[in-house]
Amino acid sequence: MTDYSIRERSLQPTVARVEHPLIETARMFAGNRAALSGLAMLFIIVVVSLAGPWLYPTDPFEMVWSPFSPPGAKGFLLGTDYLGRDLLAQIIHGGRATLAVGCAAALLSVFIGITFGALSGFYRGWIEEILMRITEFFQVLPTLLFSMVLVALFGASLGMITFAIGIVSWTGVARITRAEFLKIRELEYVTAARSSGASNTNLIFRVILPNSLPPIVVQAALLIGFAILFEAGLSFLGLSDANVMSWGAIMGNNRPYILLHGFTIMYPGLAIFLTVLSISLIGDGLNDALNPKLRKR
Amino acid sequence: MPDTPVESTTLLTLQDVEVSFTLKRSSLFAKPSLLRAVDGVTLSVRKGQTMGIVGESGSGKTTLALAVARLLPVTRGQIHMNGVDLLSLRGEALRNERRHMQFIFQDPYSSLNPRLRAEKIVREPLDRLSIASTSRRDDRVRELFDQVGLRRDQQRLFPHQFSGGQRQRIGIARAIASNPSLVICDEPVSALDVGVQAQILNLLRRLQEELGLTYVFISHDLGVIQHMCDTIAVMYMGKILEEADRESLFNTPKHPYTQALLSAVPSADINRRNRERRIMISGDPPNPIHLPPGCRFASRCPQVEDRCRVDTPPLVNIDRHHRVACHLVKAAG
Repeated sequence: MTDYSIRERSLQPTVARVEHPLIETARMFAGNRAALSGLAMLFIIVVVSLAGPWLYPTDPFEMVWSPFSPPGAKGFLLGTDYLGRDLLAQIIHGGRATLAVGCAAALLSVFIGITFGALSGFYRGWIEEILMRITEFFQVLPTLLFSMVLVALFGASLGMITFAIGIVSWTGVARITRAEFLKIRELEYVTAARSSGASNTNLIFRVILPNSLPPIVVQAALLIGFAILFEAGLSFLGLSDANVMSWGAIMGNNRPYILLHGFTIMYPGLAIFLTVLSISLIGDGLNDALNPKLRKR
Repeated sequence: MPDTPVESTTLLTLQDVEVSFTLKRSSLFAKPSLLRAVDGVTLSVRKGQTMGIVGESGSGKTTLALAVARLLPVTRGQIHMNGVDLLSLRGEALRNERRHMQFIFQDPYSSLNPRLRAEKIVREPLDRLSIASTSRRDDRVRELFDQVGLRRDQQRLFPHQFSGGQRQRIGIARAIASNPSLVICDEPVSALDVGVQAQILNLLRRLQEELGLTYVFISHDLGVIQHMCDTIAVMYMGKILEEADRESLFNTPKHPYTQALLSAVPSADINRRNRERRIMISGDPPNPIHLPPGCRFASRCPQVEDRCRVDTPPLVNIDRHHRVACHLVKAAG
């Protein structure tokens, strides 16, 4: 074997801090107070929603007292709804469905969006033409109306509602992914990977996608908030799964009495507001943490 | 010093290679226009030698390099390496052949994937082209780090933690990882400052000696070219105007463009500076989409004649190792 110990010159020692980009992102995020309080808020909301049935075992569907009892009456902290059901129990139990629909719908739209964006940004040509025309079709579609038609036609089950939300909200992800792919595919390290024997699939999933994730992650976080609002909107219009309690469903059930007994709508609305707010704060924090231009300020 | 190179075998031959791009149509009914970035290039590179390609921006140097490495589609022509017809390879066969031809990129800042550690970047060709057994690959990576002058404790760092020169060393380690016979260097030092340039150039020369590499070396810096190359081809607007061994090209340049190019090299020697007149060429290169007939250089040539604007001069031998494409230069009788 050849001995390669010869050195032309001594290398100046580098600051040998082995730091993964993710750690740097985490540090940046941790320095952002708004984002941290959003994270804390969301954490509490998620824990209460998941552990709710054990924390507060009152059945949200059971009529426990007279309708529209004001908050605090007879020990019902938030009062009762139009059927005399415990509003606090409904909110605590309803969080699960709301969060689940939000996350699942966001996941679905991220999946569709990445598929469309990655394929059209990587292959260009006629694939891009076709996929982007489809994307534009979904962009100009009146989203709420289209979802309402879907839910009305195929039944208001939780799965159908999730699908209806996911199918109308992926266009943003597709466009962002495509833009990132168009930018990154021209960089030399992609050509270098091809020269090292990477196949197209390798290039898409192992090289370009990981490098285009930051804006997609931010968009995905914001999509959860959007999906929760969308679910509430559908429920408010009466398109909710009658067998499942969700925040939107509480508002939808009490909608006729909004002027007389506003609190029945205000409390679930407040829960939605706080959740979406915390998600938005996290999304903003992620955006800042993942954007290298804002680092080291 | 005897400078007659030992007649070695040819590694790479290019036959009338053309690379053209179809530009986006300006309107639905417009005819798509064609840009010939590389237009009929014929070259051969001998084993163990360095073929330099020099030319200004937009002359098609990089396009030619990418085409040879099968990283861009070739429109016409033939490329053979070690007897293998490179352009006929598809899929798995092409992937297998890639281990024999590797690429060093111009910009060490964009040629390394920012999400991978240095060791992973160097290891990639080993993994993807499945060279060496899995257990041997770690040793091979360490060996490569030694070879290019990086420390082993730098293996786990990320690209942004290296300087430009060190990044280029990683790029070089990646290029030689698969034991290639041909390495295409696309302006490997033009993004680096001068002190680092010298280190990298010397590293490349040392590796060439140790590993018997053949280089296709692209640059716009004539000093670098003179330092590195055995044979030099001058490119302009996608065509080769002159090709010669280093001595002939630098001492007796024949093509007016080469002469102008060489006269533009700054010299530290005051006598030489006073003695030699700088040949100025005016104007800009012609629009590559609507090329006029005749010689590509006619619009800027100080010695232009009428026939230059009509006929394209062929690349003819005036000497055993000297080819020129110019009407004003007599072919070897």
